Amino acid sequence: MTTRKIEILVGTFIVLAAAAFLMLALKVANAGVSGSGESYVLYAKFENIGGLKVRSPIKVGGVVVGRVASIDLDTVYYTPVVKMEINEQYSNFPETSSVAILTSGLLGEQYLGLQPGFIDETVEILADGDSIQDTRSAIVLEELIGQFLFNRGN
Amino acid sequence: MSDIMVDIQRLSFSRGENLIYDGMSMQVRRGKVTAIMGPSGIGKTTLLKLIGGQLKPDSGHILFDGQDIPALSRAELYQARKKMSMLFQSGALFTEMSVFDNVAFPIREHTRLPESIIRLIVLMKLESVGLRGARDLMPAELSGGMARRAALARAIALDPELIMYDEPFAGQDPISMGVIVRLIKELNNALGLTSIVVSHDVTEVMSIADYVYVVAEKKVIGHGTPEQLRQDKSELVQQFLQGEADGAVPFHYRANAYEDELMESAR
Amino acid sequence: MITDKLQHLGRNTLNNVAGFGRSGLMLFGALVGKPDFRKGFPLLIKQLYVIGVLSLLIIVVSGLFIGMVLALQGYTVLVKFGAEGMLGPLVALSLLRELGPVVTALLFAGRAGSALTAEIGLMKATEQLSGMEMMAVDPLRRIIAPRFWAGVISMPLLALVFNAVGILGGHLIGVDWLGVDGGSYWSTMQANVDLYQDVLNGVIKSIVFAVIVIWIALHKGYDAIPTSEGISRATTQTVVTASLTVLGFDFILTALMFGG
Repeated sequence: MTTRKIEILVGTFIVLAAAAFLMLALKVANAGVSGSGESYVLYAKFENIGGLKVRSPIKVGGVVVGRVASIDLDTVYYTPVVKMEINEQYSNFPETSSVAILTSGLLGEQYLGLQPGFIDETVEILADGDSIQDTRSAIVLEELIGQFLFNRGN
Repeated sequence: MSDIMVDIQRLSFSRGENLIYDGMSMQVRRGKVTAIMGPSGIGKTTLLKLIGGQLKPDSGHILFDGQDIPALSRAELYQARKKMSMLFQSGALFTEMSVFDNVAFPIREHTRLPESIIRLIVLMKLESVGLRGARDLMPAELSGGMARRAALARAIALDPELIMYDEPFAGQDPISMGVIVRLIKELNNALGLTSIVVSHDVTEVMSIADYVYVVAEKKVIGHGTPEQLRQDKSELVQQFLQGEADGAVPFHYRANAYEDELMESAR
Repeated sequence: MITDKLQHLGRNTLNNVAGFGRSGLMLFGALVGKPDFRKGFPLLIKQLYVIGVLSLLIIVVSGLFIGMVLALQGYTVLVKFGAEGMLGPLVALSLLRELGPVVTALLFAGRAGSALTAEIGLMKATEQLSGMEMMAVDPLRRIIAPRFWAGVISMPLLALVFNAVGILGGHLIGVDWLGVDGGSYWSTMQANVDLYQDVLNGVIKSIVFAVIVIWIALHKGYDAIPTSEGISRATTQTVVTASLTVLGFDFILTALMFGG
């Protein structure tokens, strides 16, 4: 086996591995919107976050625009505060936007659904570090069933 | 520059609980062939490894060209080793390289000579052991005698000052034995190097050695030129030189009394 | 009797500690110091070929089949919940987080690790290592170091190839054979797989496993008793010890990375 042939094969091996990595990064992990690029931060307070987790996707009309960066508890009111990282490319949400914790399918994961609000002269655009006021908490199945039974009782 | 190349002073070495050398001393003169003989299993190879610094003695000094080998730092030891060379019993050729590359190996490692000059040196070394035509063979394709000669070419590739032969005659047919005897003698005279030959082949060693040490029972039991040694009064030395089965070196490995052990099972 | 057992335990412990110390010294001697790129680079390339390229076939074939089996098994369960759309993430996450690094490490220990142990053990038995030392060439730097680096570089690359091939294998079975929608196979995967959390953590695992396997393989060879029996025992030990250590470390790493 000549040195040249070995070098070519090793080179091929490394190219193959690089191709595998590119495939994993772009086609499998979709690195485009996974928060690797420029992003800005918004906050939202909820009553109950249900099964929302760090790194859950944030979607607008089903398109992923960012991910949950962290979930903490407000130490004054003891309500959960969700920190959201939104891709810089989607930076024109007005302050009238609302955000809700939704579930994909009946058994699927929970995600944040962002609903852009209306815009007029009095409405400002949300900037880095702002909070979204209009939030809807997760629907907890037990509560729902409880309410349903309670209503039937009447 | 002193006349003595290797000076071993009161060397003690033990492996585990086995004492192998107990306060042994010997001198190797520059430019001479010094032979170390003795029965198998007394650690002759160990002695070469001690000189090469691969093993460290329990006590004593091994002066190589004035440097105390056991006391050297790692880097100094590697510098000292460039001046010595060892021919292993098995040859120890690198199996994944051709004969040519094996001989070129030390030159490529320690110099930055261009490939054309390396080729010249390697061909000269191979010519001196008569293997120039075998340069493209792999070690696996060589016979035992040829492998040892190829290893010898590699050992002299960097023109060492000291070359140590570990059992160079063991397991050789008479012809390759004769070839190796001639090579050791010629190389010693032509290149002016110092040789240490470790062996138990009495006739061959007596024919080439300038000075002989007979080692047994952890120390030197006799030394001198081959002529002096033949006249030696020591029973041990004579037993070894004549090749008698039993004598001062007992035929039996030390054991409990024979009768006792036989009776033990009967009891 | 009990003192015998205690003595046995004590002796084994001491032997293990001493062996671990020797392996540490070996690695230290091989890796610490000024590297010589002029001589080292060709040796590294050679070893990348022996260790990496020659392991590629077994990695690709195993990756393909494991991906296919994952898809087949996952599908039969997921279809009961009508959730076969989640087949993509199932295959991808299993491979990226666990099977890719672990199976690659196990195959690598069997394919390259055992070969390394046998090679170095044999070099020791035929006095090639001693001979090199007497030629004032440090076998740790000349023999051990390039093999170590080649192993540490090769294994993560092999694991990446394994993952990619496995995911394609899952596609082959899930989409082409069982009829899961191809678009949803990829899109649910993209929604659930994270480059840092999943892909890169898998690579980190793989690097850790590479160090473990290659270190054990080199040490067992370097420390082997230089007889045919000693070498065969060292080779077996490499595969057994390396596999068990990889599985143990996998648990620890998984707990650290994904457990919290």
